Amino acid sequence: MAELTYREAVARAIAQEMERDESVVLIGEDVGAAGGVFKATVGLFDKFGPKRVRDTPISEQAILGATMGAAMTGLRPIAEVMFADFFAVCWDIVANQIAKSRYMTDGQVSFPLVIRAGNGGGLRFGAQHSQSIENWAMMIPGLKVVAPATPADVVGLLAAAVRDDDPVVFCEHKALYASKGEVPDGEIVDKLGTAKVLRSGSDATIVALANMVPRALAAAEQLAANGIDATVVDVRSLVPLDTQTILAEVSKTGRLFTVEENPRLCGWGAEVVSIVSEECFDSLDGPIVRITTPHIPLPSADALEDMAIPSVDRITEVVQKALQE
Amino acid sequence: MAVSVKNQADAELTAPPGLDPASLYQPSGTVAPDVALTLYRDQVRMRRFEKRAYDLFMQSLVKGTSHLSLGMEAIAAGFGQAMQPRDYTFATYRGHAHTLARGASMTGVMGELLGRECGLLSGKGGSMHLTDVERGVMGSYAIVGAHLTIALGAAWSAVYRGEDRVAVAFFGDGATNIGAFHEALNLAAVWKLPVVFVCENNFYMEYTAIDSVTAVPRPAADRAGAYGLEGVVINGNDADAVYLTAREALERARQGGGPSLIEAITYRHGGHSRADPGKYRPKDEVEAWTAYDPVVLYRSRLVAAGVAEAELDAIDAAAQAEVDSATEEAKASPPSGAERLLTNVWADGGSAWRN
Repeated sequence: MAELTYREAVARAIAQEMERDESVVLIGEDVGAAGGVFKATVGLFDKFGPKRVRDTPISEQAILGATMGAAMTGLRPIAEVMFADFFAVCWDIVANQIAKSRYMTDGQVSFPLVIRAGNGGGLRFGAQHSQSIENWAMMIPGLKVVAPATPADVVGLLAAAVRDDDPVVFCEHKALYASKGEVPDGEIVDKLGTAKVLRSGSDATIVALANMVPRALAAAEQLAANGIDATVVDVRSLVPLDTQTILAEVSKTGRLFTVEENPRLCGWGAEVVSIVSEECFDSLDGPIVRITTPHIPLPSADALEDMAIPSVDRITEVVQKALQE
Repeated sequence: MAVSVKNQADAELTAPPGLDPASLYQPSGTVAPDVALTLYRDQVRMRRFEKRAYDLFMQSLVKGTSHLSLGMEAIAAGFGQAMQPRDYTFATYRGHAHTLARGASMTGVMGELLGRECGLLSGKGGSMHLTDVERGVMGSYAIVGAHLTIALGAAWSAVYRGEDRVAVAFFGDGATNIGAFHEALNLAAVWKLPVVFVCENNFYMEYTAIDSVTAVPRPAADRAGAYGLEGVVINGNDADAVYLTAREALERARQGGGPSLIEAITYRHGGHSRADPGKYRPKDEVEAWTAYDPVVLYRSRLVAAGVAEAELDAIDAAAQAEVDSATEEAKASPPSGAERLLTNVWADGGSAWRN
């Protein structure tokens, strides 16, 4: 067992898979000798060389097109889109080409590829370098979407994503890169489509993703001090979505709160709420509440950004107020 | 019989507007007689197929839209002959001919247009997405320019895996003004990948003349220098010129010489798509180019070289019989059924997104 940062966990996972499988390659802007702008690929260039760890120009369409073409002809490429916001300049390759081609060709081609991206806010980067884009990817049939919250999950889920025969959009939360956690020694391979129950309570079920997970856990501690016993579920994977774990945990407490970093409209929580409303309505003891960023572009100033993204205090207050009503 | 690129039959044809013979690249080598007959046969097959596809649209048996290669067959045919079975084709939404050129089943292509079980893609892709991986047709792509980047990925993969395959990406003149074209050329050149980029310049992006929206006269070739490539312009209505140029570019790519950009000048006999009668084109331009028909030109050339008319008539008849048979087989195939609807989103064959 070693303590790793979230960014070190990314490099460890990639190294684990590249050592195991010669067909795994990594491309992206500054991923090679520079070790990535977020330092999440440090050491890989030295270890695996320029043939397997390739720097690219600032050409997101070419990066992802190359990734797609390589995946359909026998490689298992990992591509980095530096900031998830940049998906907007190569969305055609993601949404029209990679996601749809297996279906359109009735299974003639497969895309065993991973697109990693620095996702989410909290670093005062402003509206074009802070977005949570997991919902963009989630709504496209043919893409799997994963967003880990801990270094151990980064290793296990990234390894699972590399081994998966379908395209996976892997959202690394930028505000978590410096966070630390214990990671078991040896090979780690997790399973996509599995949520984790991190804390069990009897009064409320809080469902969170990525950087909202540690905040939900901290809020649960505050709530406990006020006599409210909350369950916290880390969704981890939006597609496939582990609805059974969520439904089971909501049924136990009768109350559901989603904590989403995304702006309000069409956030992943809305889909979770829809499923829970349809499938365990009778277990609910009160209204479902979504805690999200307001429907605004993220502001840059620290005070404003902190007001926008759900905070520990906001989660605590919203849950407390809802349960008191 | 030896067929030369320039011969008496060609000399009698007047070059149509926009095709300046003096500026054309002259590839080396000659076309072997058996290859020449195959080039003729393939062009005739494409011609008859596309005409039938048009008729079936008119009968509302083919739905949606379609983009025909009538008048542009020499390019797909020339490359089809020059490519090795292991090479990759990346075509556009105007890709019926390019798919047939690699040996895909004509019934499969026709069935796909008709949305039938026997379609290459079981009716799930349609006219714009023809794919036959077993024959190296890695897809037909309907978002302009996207597949140039995908083709370079396939080429990168081939090099990485130590296989001497070449990826060929076909695209229209309109694609030269989209970002993906430039990103793909740059990266392919920087990584020195075995890709041949083939611009089919038919003078109109869709309804608008390409020269009215492009900063340089030759939309592909004039951009080549920006990526350290040679600007090669060829007569896209001359199957021999296409074949010989393709052979050179493929060989160079296979030897590690990197990508090529070839601009093939051609003309579509019809509009951009089913919805377009092509009325924006000057009448005399259309007439001149229709007269400069690649199939007619090639047939004259073969006759001038001594091939018997009867032999060519037999090729025509066989192509027509193949199209008739493919049409009947496709019509007889049942429409794609409900069992196909929810399959093959994922590699496990299904479409489940939750447990």
